[in-house]
Amino acid sequence: MISKEQMEHIAKLARIELAKEEKEKLTNELSSILDYFEKLNQIDTSKVGPINQVTGLLNITRGDEIRSTKSEIRNKILKEAPSKKGDYYKVPKILE
Amino acid sequence: MDLPKTISEAREGLIKKKYSCLELTKGYLSKIKKENKNLNDFLNLTEKLALEQAGKIDDKISSRSKIGPLEGIPMAIKDNILIEGYKTTAGSKILEKYIAPYDATIITKLKEAGVVILGKTNLDEFAMGSSTENSAYGVVKNPLDINRVPGGSSGGSAVAVAANHCLAALGSDTGGSIRQPAAFCGITGFKPSYGAVSRCGLIAMASSLDQIGPLANNIEDIQLIFNVIKGKDFLDSTSVALGKLRNSGRNLRVGIPKEFFGQGIDLKLRGKVEKEINGFSNLGFEIKEISLPCSEYALAVYYIIMTAEVSANLARYDGIKYGFSKKERNLLENYLKTRAAGLGEEPRRRIMLGTYVLSAGYRDAYYNKAQKVRALIRQEFERVFKEVDFILTPTTPTPAFKIGERKDPLSMYLSDIYTVPVNLAGLPAISLPCGKIDGLPIGLQIIGPQFKDDSVLEIAQIYEQFHQ
Repeated sequence: MISKEQMEHIAKLARIELAKEEKEKLTNELSSILDYFEKLNQIDTSKVGPINQVTGLLNITRGDEIRSTKSEIRNKILKEAPSKKGDYYKVPKILE
Repeated sequence: MDLPKTISEAREGLIKKKYSCLELTKGYLSKIKKENKNLNDFLNLTEKLALEQAGKIDDKISSRSKIGPLEGIPMAIKDNILIEGYKTTAGSKILEKYIAPYDATIITKLKEAGVVILGKTNLDEFAMGSSTENSAYGVVKNPLDINRVPGGSSGGSAVAVAANHCLAALGSDTGGSIRQPAAFCGITGFKPSYGAVSRCGLIAMASSLDQIGPLANNIEDIQLIFNVIKGKDFLDSTSVALGKLRNSGRNLRVGIPKEFFGQGIDLKLRGKVEKEINGFSNLGFEIKEISLPCSEYALAVYYIIMTAEVSANLARYDGIKYGFSKKERNLLENYLKTRAAGLGEEPRRRIMLGTYVLSAGYRDAYYNKAQKVRALIRQEFERVFKEVDFILTPTTPTPAFKIGERKDPLSMYLSDIYTVPVNLAGLPAISLPCGKIDGLPIGLQIIGPQFKDDSVLEIAQIYEQFHQ
């Protein structure tokens, strides 16, 4: 069972504001899903290493070269910014 | 006009001038406009793009140039794939006004192949769901029974094909999101090996599992589209070039994993699928019972790894770079309020779960443990593929369920129980229609060894010919 404090801690890490009712609902739902995850403890994994991908590819690199990007793409990307000044993203003040 | 059902039929109609490409395109667009209110499979039409492309194809036909295998073929694209200059919402409010600044690699390929792109299809928000009830833009309905879900998350794409709103569509499959809706809608859906198709321009959900693939009415059409979209891409470093691997002959061995016919399966569905599988012995295949004991744990592994990757991938929706923003003056407030207002219930639930399994003190118990069991699942498939050439299973444990029926998230997650092991191991798999029970279509899943995508399609073709 997840505690109320844990729930608030996770929500803060995830940068999501939760309403009170949602917090209660999610606590119950996540707790039952986490209970379901417990079944993994039935398997012995002491002799196996973790994998995080399946392609068998290793260290895919590229030359450190400038690739020309069409300025129109750059402009289109910038156009999507909720708030900008000239060619810069405008962000809320970080240091008070 | 009578709209064609397959790519070869449409091609013949275009070449023999039964209809022009513009007429064909307008035929589909008007059918969509008429029926979309009811089914809700399309979010947006790319009408201008479609008509321009159709005009070009008609010029080519009238100048008597040969047309390629996909030229003039109307297709639909899941709305988590970028098409330059058009809205791409991923079914989320947070991207309601987002205009894609570039084409996904596969869109560039389809455009070059002369495909007529009709529009963007509805999906569970950020492809998170198994019923297409989680879209911020409304529920999609199954054309075979509008009280039932079409499956998900590529529900819009599956419905678009099943309702003849296009000849084929692209979807994405992270845990079954192409195969499960294909099964529920009575069509064919193919998830290629992880890496076979570039993911550049696909809005990421869980990057080690996501894969793009086609949905269509038959295997020939699936193969034609796969031939165009597959291949290594400089812009996706996880992509690979597939060699041509064909099966040697008909003395092939089919594995039937007993774990896929146990608890939770609909008994009528099981009977029907078993009957279809027995039919394979008449086709000259040797049928062998196999065991994949770790598949019981696949769903738990999947929901740990997938949500962990979701929590990282969706961190980009910060209200600063693009998408919806609350424009709060305080940075933290801006994050908290933007994400609370812009992200729907299921993405929020998965981000929370993923953040939890990665958080200090829990990472070993959940995330690292899941990655180890993932390794075991993969090893188990490798071992089995030494004994058999491919595996047959039902695609889903039940046919399409009713809209609103599965309110508890865990019961919804269970509908992917036969499809998620495939994504965890990165294998190619296809869902084929294999008849109906109580009027509802069901799917047969063929799973092949990694990168043997073409052999899976070859077996599928043998089954399809036999079935007709």
